[in-house]
Amino acid sequence: MQITVLSGKGGTGKTTVSTNLALSLPNVQFFDADVEEPNSYLFIKPDFADKSKSVLRKIPEVDQEKCTSCRACVDFCEYNALAMLGDEVLVYPEVCHSCGGCKHICPEGAITEKDKEAGEINWDLEVTEELEYWQGKMKIGEESSVPIIEELKEEIKPEKNVVMDAPPGTTCPTIEAAIDSDYCILVTEPTPFGLHDLKMAVEVVEELGKPYGIIINRAEEGENEIIEDYAAENNIDILLKIPFQRQIAELYSDGIPFVEELPEWKEKFQEVFADIQAVVE
Amino acid sequence: MKIVVTAADDNGLKAKLDSRFGRASYFAFVDTKDDSVEFIKNDAKNASSGAGVQAAQTVADTGADVLISGNIGPKAFDGLSRTDLEIYSGPEESIQKVIDEYQLGNLEQLESATKSAHAGLN
Amino acid sequence: MKKLTVISGKGGTGKTTVTANLAALAQDLVLADCDVDAPNLHLLMNPEVEEQEDYRGAKLAVKDDSKCIDCGKCYELCEFNAVTPDYEINDIKCEGCGLCVAQCPTDALTLEKQVTGDLFYSKSAVGPMVHAKLKIGAENSGKLVSEVKENAEQLAKEEGKDLVLVDGSPGIGCPVIASLNGVDGALIVTEPTQSGLADLKRVLEVVDHFSLPAMVAINKHDLNQNLSQEIKEFCQEKDVKLVGEIPFSTTIVEAMRQGELVMDYAADSEAAEAIEEIWGKVKKEL
Repeated sequence: MQITVLSGKGGTGKTTVSTNLALSLPNVQFFDADVEEPNSYLFIKPDFADKSKSVLRKIPEVDQEKCTSCRACVDFCEYNALAMLGDEVLVYPEVCHSCGGCKHICPEGAITEKDKEAGEINWDLEVTEELEYWQGKMKIGEESSVPIIEELKEEIKPEKNVVMDAPPGTTCPTIEAAIDSDYCILVTEPTPFGLHDLKMAVEVVEELGKPYGIIINRAEEGENEIIEDYAAENNIDILLKIPFQRQIAELYSDGIPFVEELPEWKEKFQEVFADIQAVVE
Repeated sequence: MKIVVTAADDNGLKAKLDSRFGRASYFAFVDTKDDSVEFIKNDAKNASSGAGVQAAQTVADTGADVLISGNIGPKAFDGLSRTDLEIYSGPEESIQKVIDEYQLGNLEQLESATKSAHAGLN
Repeated sequence: MKKLTVISGKGGTGKTTVTANLAALAQDLVLADCDVDAPNLHLLMNPEVEEQEDYRGAKLAVKDDSKCIDCGKCYELCEFNAVTPDYEINDIKCEGCGLCVAQCPTDALTLEKQVTGDLFYSKSAVGPMVHAKLKIGAENSGKLVSEVKENAEQLAKEEGKDLVLVDGSPGIGCPVIASLNGVDGALIVTEPTQSGLADLKRVLEVVDHFSLPAMVAINKHDLNQNLSQEIKEFCQEKDVKLVGEIPFSTTIVEAMRQGELVMDYAADSEAAEAIEEIWGKVKKEL
């Protein structure tokens, strides 16, 4: 089963929820798909050693001998990744989206493809006996994180309990991370901001047609109504409330998952998992 | 001589130099023989990606001898440097004034891009 | 006219809270919310929307069923798996490359610009505000960010305002670069957490590339004194000016829950004073 943890905006506690959930369950495969700024390693502390591989994507290569300067490729490219300057076709790999179109368009067969590194994937198969960790990281200079998330998802083992930390927001990368999951956890906080961003995240999971529930982070008695009322009105489950406590904030600041210091929380996360299982099945 | 100046509007020789290259509003194409000026709308201004590259293509295609702009990114600069164009940096003044300054030899010729790559940081 | 962008690298450090409170201190300015993926500034500024525009960003392939002969060429060619096995276009996956359009034997496909967001021109208590919202699943290329920022600059010119204050985009990608382009200074709001420090380092690299004066404000500074110290040392080493420290305070959270600015909610609080100090120093830097 795959559970994806999302939030409409960064900083609401997405990584807190996903890492603590992962550390509370058996037989887990954890994925950090927030490849622009993967931060979960700060909490789970995997040992990558040399366990790393490149994510490659295709970019065009022009055989200038065969090229007749007809410009068909330059005119075709929607991303302006090709230009005809000084009698040669220049390729701008950073803006190329690897659609492969120019190769098909070229009437002379002068365009082939070569690999470009878009990012890397690191893993640790045994952080603990119960936890396997995978992380994608976008290379500096790349424009799209989607190819890295796609490649990361190739590593999913369906027999495991998969927990995925998705990129924040509502654009392409978030959707890519959530699109194949069985259940989505939306993390929010009880403020007008939190509600606003939660509604955006709900739009995403509704569009994808996934079952989902809410975890309220920085919860406080007497303040949670703003989220609870919304959830009740829209018939959305609230899975858990993580209290607004200085101790939890301090543990977070030091990169310590709070279930390690407050083990009673492991049970609560296990209950959340059981609830999710019941919904999915 | 044919000179291209990036322009913020299309108000003849009174138009102001646009210090952006890829997202400039217009390219003013000036022929110094008769001081005629023709404006080409910069379609790259609205490109989602690769505006600098597309603008470089437009400028190169005019067949001008000289380009005067403000900030040219490395992608566009790299492309333009493969053509015979000479590239200068000019002040945000009227096209007339910019051309005058160029002819007096007061403008700085650019040998490298004036700002870092956008995508190079991503 | 001066332009300042407030950024954070990591989300949730208090970037928008700081921006809104600085706006209240500065008065008489133009505001731009460049966090077009998840805009929040309007929740604190409560602006009145005066004009709304469709924003057309990405192009997508659109199929004309009457012309399609189900040859499957588009399905075969698409590198983005955006054509389903029964030859429909999946809008979420389509990147608008145009290959299927160019190769379709019956011209059943065209590329069309889609409305991928909304652009708003509003009036707030401190001056005009430009903001926007990308639609779900749209691609944030930074272009809408540029549009928001440039429109705000244009308004400031027209109305003779001295300051454009930009709530920047999160992350380190194209959008944040677009929100920094051409400004006079960047204020980075960070927090003393491992993630906060890691992201501060990455976002400073971006700012460095623009040769902008960068300033750092530490929010919740007393949450972790060791990390606060580490951030200060890091700033010193990088020659980045520390302009203030805001305490971990429930006042800010309470104000936020009421949808109010700390400046209005508790003007005498420690947090409010800290933000005033930040504004004083930022003003001097600019």
